[in-house]
Amino acid sequence: MTRSGALRYGAAGLLVVVLAVLPFVHRSVGGLLPGPINSPGSLQVLALMLVAAAAAITLDLMFGYTGLMSFGHSLYVGFGCYATVILSNNPKLGFALGVPLAMVLSVVVALVGNAAALRLTGIGFIMATLAMAQGFAIAVERGFLGSGGEVGVTFARGVLPDPLRGVLNTRNVYWLALALVVVVYVICALLVRTHVGHVWQGIRENPLRTKVIGYNVYAYQMAAATISCTLAAMCGVVFAIVMGGANPGIAGLHYSLAVVLMVVLGGRGVLWGAALGAVLYQFLNLRLPSLSSSDIVTGLPEILQIPLSQPNFLLGVAFILIILFMPGGLASIFTRLTRRATSKRAGEPRDDDGGVPATTREPNLVS
Amino acid sequence: MSTFLLIIISGLGLGSLYFLLAAGLSVIFGLMRVLSFAHGAFLSASGFASWMVLRSFETPSTPQLLLALVVSVLTGGAVAYLAEVLLVRPLKGKELEQLLVTVGLGMVLVALMAGIWGPDEHLIPRPVWLTDTTSIAGAPISNSRLLLIGLAGVVVVGIHLILSRTRYGLIIRAGVENSAMVSALGINVKRAFTLVFVAGGMLAGLGGGLAGTYYGGISPFLGDGMLIFSFIVLIIGGLGSINGALIASVVLGVSQSVANYYVLNGIGDVLVVVLLVATLLVRPQGLLGQKERLI
Repeated sequence: MTRSGALRYGAAGLLVVVLAVLPFVHRSVGGLLPGPINSPGSLQVLALMLVAAAAAITLDLMFGYTGLMSFGHSLYVGFGCYATVILSNNPKLGFALGVPLAMVLSVVVALVGNAAALRLTGIGFIMATLAMAQGFAIAVERGFLGSGGEVGVTFARGVLPDPLRGVLNTRNVYWLALALVVVVYVICALLVRTHVGHVWQGIRENPLRTKVIGYNVYAYQMAAATISCTLAAMCGVVFAIVMGGANPGIAGLHYSLAVVLMVVLGGRGVLWGAALGAVLYQFLNLRLPSLSSSDIVTGLPEILQIPLSQPNFLLGVAFILIILFMPGGLASIFTRLTRRATSKRAGEPRDDDGGVPATTREPNLVS
Repeated sequence: MSTFLLIIISGLGLGSLYFLLAAGLSVIFGLMRVLSFAHGAFLSASGFASWMVLRSFETPSTPQLLLALVVSVLTGGAVAYLAEVLLVRPLKGKELEQLLVTVGLGMVLVALMAGIWGPDEHLIPRPVWLTDTTSIAGAPISNSRLLLIGLAGVVVVGIHLILSRTRYGLIIRAGVENSAMVSALGINVKRAFTLVFVAGGMLAGLGGGLAGTYYGGISPFLGDGMLIFSFIVLIIGGLGSINGALIASVVLGVSQSVANYYVLNGIGDVLVVVLLVATLLVRPQGLLGQKERLI
């Protein structure tokens, strides 16, 4: 292992340890979180941020690494979430059988959905994924299959196992969300380093060329998409546990676009970048409304108050600016800095692509 | 029988709204290879523009309604023009980035509208004749639907005339076939891009003004809800094909209304997605779409 490699593993390990001990830290962080860090409210916000990070990593696997831009990731996160709640509430199944069954069904949905959507390439694929997710969202909003309509469904009394239930056990739920991020990250990071992962990246750069070399592009795309969507369904399971139920907010175009935004914001083709973008996005989305009702903002003239009270306005503007001026996302700032540092140390001239790593330079999405 | 006719005409009205959005998106995609996610927000913004005109009148007269429609068309066109020049053009050649930038713009516009006017629906006052019904074969058909269908028909004819009879129509049709070749012949494709994008925005604007009279109200999220169905219309009809979009929007609007009324409220919306998946499996390029060339 090289020195910088050891440094990176060390830093990642340290980050996980710090995140793991947060539930023992009784400190207030201003208005950033609803209460002290280890209060149940704050831990729930942090857990939601971690689930979003995991979901963004799964999308990055198919979008950033394989070049499959999905606007329907909410279908799989939402399906995992709803299936977990609805199946667990069935007295014959319970939580212990409900969750595995939900995951099995999610794999089936991922296979069928992607098999259909992958018949189109490029923009057609985007629209097919979007439309299928919307079909699910409509079904959920209308309350088909016992999904409860606009209010959603919650776990029935006594369904969740004791360690995951109740306000006092929020820290267990938080650790579950942390474990989810670690598992998803490790799986994806290992996958993209295998031979299959390299073929995925070849497909992202040029599907036609990969096909001519002799790879079955459709099969590799199916594999990437199915793995990504199955892991996304796993995020949905944990989301259900964090929220104690499922609601239509997780299904539909808004959530799909949110995940895309997280990945682009953080940096496509960089797994930790996607996670970073997701954490930022989810934090702003959850906390901005209460921050904007604070005295600092209400003192401002109305013309500034309106945009500041709308998380989507700020996020949308940031998103547009990133696309126009920083296609590598936030991750490209860090990669640029570290590259500059290493090349200075080695006395090499910097290469001239503005520090954007090859993996984040305009994935070729339309074959 | 009269109920059936009523449902069919409601479906045609719905299909007309889808078509107004989908026609613009289809030409834009055909020529520029850009899929705009912002046109839903353009539709809502234009709806608000017509609401601003009409809200001061208790029961507006027909000329005032026409004024509101003109204002909404111009609003759609103006917003689309700014979007094309400031955001889409700088990213020329990067299809994915162009798509993403319209996503961001749509978010920003919707958030802005929700911030200024609130997320709830605002009622739009309508002329008396528009809320009346006309009896066709015994079925009481709302005049707002007839107006919508009539104007959509005018738009269909207009688009065909422009595409087949004018010089710009020729450039657009040639550009859809091969835009690199057209610009190699010395024709200013860039101007055609802007023109098409603005025309799409104006169609969305007309849709916004008419959606206000059809639903009797406008909310910031109205356009995005319709945008998704327009996308489905685009895929089923075939990306880049106006006639495909026309057929698909009629089929979709009518079957959606019929299923929602006769089977179960809400099932029609799901049926639309089933139709989409069926199309993808049987004919991935859509009804009238052309298979994408490999190279």
